[in-house]
Amino acid sequence: MPYVGQAVKRKEDYRFLTGRGVYTDDLTLPGMVHAAFVRSPYAHARIRAIRTEAALKAPGVLAVLTGEDFAREGVKPMPVGWLLPTLKIPPRPVVARDEVHHVGEIVAVVVAETRAQAEDAALLVEVEYEPLPGVADLRKAVAPGAPELHPEAPGNVAFTWEIGDEKAVEEAFAKAHKVVRLSLRQQRLIPNAIEPRASLAAYNPGTGEYTLYTTSQNPHVHRLMHAAFILGIPEHKLRVVAPDVGGAFGSKIFPYPEEAAVLVAARRVGRPVKWAARRTESFLMDAHGRDHETEAEMAFDAEGRVLGLRVRTLANMGAYLSLFAPAIPTYLYGTLLSGQYRIPAIYCHVTGVFTNTTPVDAYRGAGRPEASYILERLMDLAAEEFGVDPADLRRKNFIPKDAFPYATPVALVYDSGNYEEAFQKALELADYWNLRKEQAELRAKGRYLGIGLSCYIEACGIAPSKVVGQLGAQAGLWESALVRVAPTGKVEVYTGSHSHGQGHETAFSQVVADLLGVSLEDVEIVHGDTGRIPFGMGTYGSRSAPVGLSAVVRAVEKVLDKARRIAAHLLEVAPEDLEYREGRFEVKGVPGKAKGFQEVALQAYLAHNLPEGMEPGLEATAFFDPSNFVFPFGTHVAVVEVFPETGEVKLLRYVAVDDCGPQINPLLVKGQVEGGVVQGIAQALLEEGVYDENGQLLTTSYMEYAMPRAAHIPRIEHGYTVTPSPVNPLGVKGIGEAGTIAAAQAVVNAVMDALKPFGVRHLDMPLTPEKIWRAIREKTPVAAD
Amino acid sequence: MERVAIRVKVNGIEYRHEVEPRTLLVHYIRETLGLTGTHVGCDTSQCGACTVLLDGKAVKSCTLFAVQADGREVLTVEGLSRDGLHPVQEGFREKHGLQCGFCTPGMVLTAYALLKENPNPTEEEVRHYLEGNLCRCTGYQGIVEAVLWAAERMRTAQAAD
Repeated sequence: MPYVGQAVKRKEDYRFLTGRGVYTDDLTLPGMVHAAFVRSPYAHARIRAIRTEAALKAPGVLAVLTGEDFAREGVKPMPVGWLLPTLKIPPRPVVARDEVHHVGEIVAVVVAETRAQAEDAALLVEVEYEPLPGVADLRKAVAPGAPELHPEAPGNVAFTWEIGDEKAVEEAFAKAHKVVRLSLRQQRLIPNAIEPRASLAAYNPGTGEYTLYTTSQNPHVHRLMHAAFILGIPEHKLRVVAPDVGGAFGSKIFPYPEEAAVLVAARRVGRPVKWAARRTESFLMDAHGRDHETEAEMAFDAEGRVLGLRVRTLANMGAYLSLFAPAIPTYLYGTLLSGQYRIPAIYCHVTGVFTNTTPVDAYRGAGRPEASYILERLMDLAAEEFGVDPADLRRKNFIPKDAFPYATPVALVYDSGNYEEAFQKALELADYWNLRKEQAELRAKGRYLGIGLSCYIEACGIAPSKVVGQLGAQAGLWESALVRVAPTGKVEVYTGSHSHGQGHETAFSQVVADLLGVSLEDVEIVHGDTGRIPFGMGTYGSRSAPVGLSAVVRAVEKVLDKARRIAAHLLEVAPEDLEYREGRFEVKGVPGKAKGFQEVALQAYLAHNLPEGMEPGLEATAFFDPSNFVFPFGTHVAVVEVFPETGEVKLLRYVAVDDCGPQINPLLVKGQVEGGVVQGIAQALLEEGVYDENGQLLTTSYMEYAMPRAAHIPRIEHGYTVTPSPVNPLGVKGIGEAGTIAAAQAVVNAVMDALKPFGVRHLDMPLTPEKIWRAIREKTPVAAD
Repeated sequence: MERVAIRVKVNGIEYRHEVEPRTLLVHYIRETLGLTGTHVGCDTSQCGACTVLLDGKAVKSCTLFAVQADGREVLTVEGLSRDGLHPVQEGFREKHGLQCGFCTPGMVLTAYALLKENPNPTEEEVRHYLEGNLCRCTGYQGIVEAVLWAAERMRTAQAAD
């Protein structure tokens, strides 16, 4: 039986379950010392002076490095990896020299024998600041007279960007029967992988080689950025290793100042230097997500068909541009605004805004949840105004299954889809129409049930490289793989993809084992080390299955092709006469005349009897650059009860129907959906990164930032449909972000549905009990009495 | 800085060390003993990644000083099973109760403590018992299923004894 499609238990579990995983902070090198960072307590201030004498005299201290030291070392600002025509790029220093622009920005680095000594001494570094007016709020930052962060960006505008046909949208609105408007806020989220970021740098002056162990989703990207753009060291002299990485959700894609700082510090003190973030540092420095203010309008004809969509968004970039920040509220957002619907005209205008806050970049979903949220909220509001059920209005507007490949008015061509089928399945699984009856019955009894729908689309495996280059990406978005067969027939797969929880070691092994006809145990997946793998682009945007695994498949095919030629030579037949089955090359029509994979591998290395001119060995490298994105989709249904007396929301049920094409491992798919859904539920009900008006982050621990816990979440009910993609050899689509893209609006729609009797039209996330209680009181002062 | 002598049994082995009074139990376990399966996730006792058993009770080892473990017994994830997997660990594998693995040792030990106290918990009881442990990957469902699976397995094993 093939492994692909089976709920194979994970290969990586044994080490994690027994405490034998190796995360960056678990590593110790001989002579290792520790770094601690002095960070700005101000959102915006001029640095008048830094006095390091007291810190330098503290026990165990080896060095105190300031922005001046980093400038003398020739350290360059952090790079930006996605350019837009209007983009302003104020330099983001590794260590601030003259001015700080957000709380938590690094002002000095202290290196000491122990972590405690480094942290103690960091408190002794005296920094004299001149506080400057700052701004954290998006609307205030673009208001006239707002304090400006950077001379390069007048009015705090980082960029303006637009997509779609503004004139066509105006015409659509002019002939509309009904226009539905919504002003909404996508709150700021803080990623919070449970493993805090950590980095350990070593420098060998004898060879000039650096090694950086770090929490990365893409070690080659880190190597290229740190070596070539930030530190100016030869790329091949820096090895970046991302060992076991404890969750990431986008936050570990980007090179960070701390990584560059420990590399410089290791060179300066001549000993390996480690830093592991305190959770508060994670809140202050890990790139945040979302943070939009949006005005959206949707035009409908009299029958409830969408005619046009107009969206204007302010997107918070934070104090500086993080690596891929400009791409998130533009090409990963505006292009997704057609969703599952046939919308003849769409126009989206985005203004990227600098504020005195932590930089914002990709966080699970990255632009796509923001787009889907708008569409799904508008659908619900429109259904209410038309007086129809939200399910019926959606069904009327789906892109039909025979319309694929489908070109949207916002630059994308959807590969494949069958939205109606997943929708129907979700309604059945939820027992939607009976839920509506139950809701009516309960309302008569003074109980407030709400049902929310979310029909989402994801775009993942962004490609091809030529196109993303035209859109501003400063990188290709292909992936690499090297498949190396050992003389004993064991198989090592070196992939540019990186697993930080996804289970690639299992899923990739399943595919390789099936293709080669070997056992799962005979396949080893190697990733996360620039010293071992070919140049790889890493894992984000749900690209590992559609892109990374496709490269593996191509490399396996090359290996098999060579193996076939060796087998044919040994069997004295033509390669076309062989059939490869269950790990053996069999001569067609001659039972028993065959060569096993293991024997062929051995012969490839013995090289005693190879076809004339063939090189010895059995390995192959492949680079896969897909012809298009893949577009997973689905429908989620949330059922809530709202208690008007307290404003509390109880999430009663959550139904998820997802289509990611053929599933390699249903167990892993289920896990990805559940984890993603819970992050979306948490956005709807719990999480928000909050700044005060001075730019102080108020949510810097789990006391203030409400993370979802086991008791908040109901059992998630799953259903699947399978619509293969034509753009990769396995037909697979990604599933890493689908849940997060879908869930927030399912829950918000459910809560707003429950609040309809109170006349509450819309509330911004998170839907805390206080917010709901106040809204009910405002509308109907006596309702709850 | 002054140091204090402590004697502590960890995973059945007795250790004697001199530690700074401010050394946290989790740092003693990770750095002095080299048992890096116990993780630090938040520093403020809210995430549970550092959970170990102290005299059989689940505690957050970032909340205790090493000196507070003097004369007591600690169980970390490395000591849960001498060979193979404990049923709780097996449950996590069976039900995909882990992804990145970082919260896993704390989750496994909390689940182990729960099943010692309550061998037959309901799903709701499992969810409430795990409230002190954060997982960002799984959405908890796999974890809850894993604990229920392990409870069943352990009850069956006990009934067979």
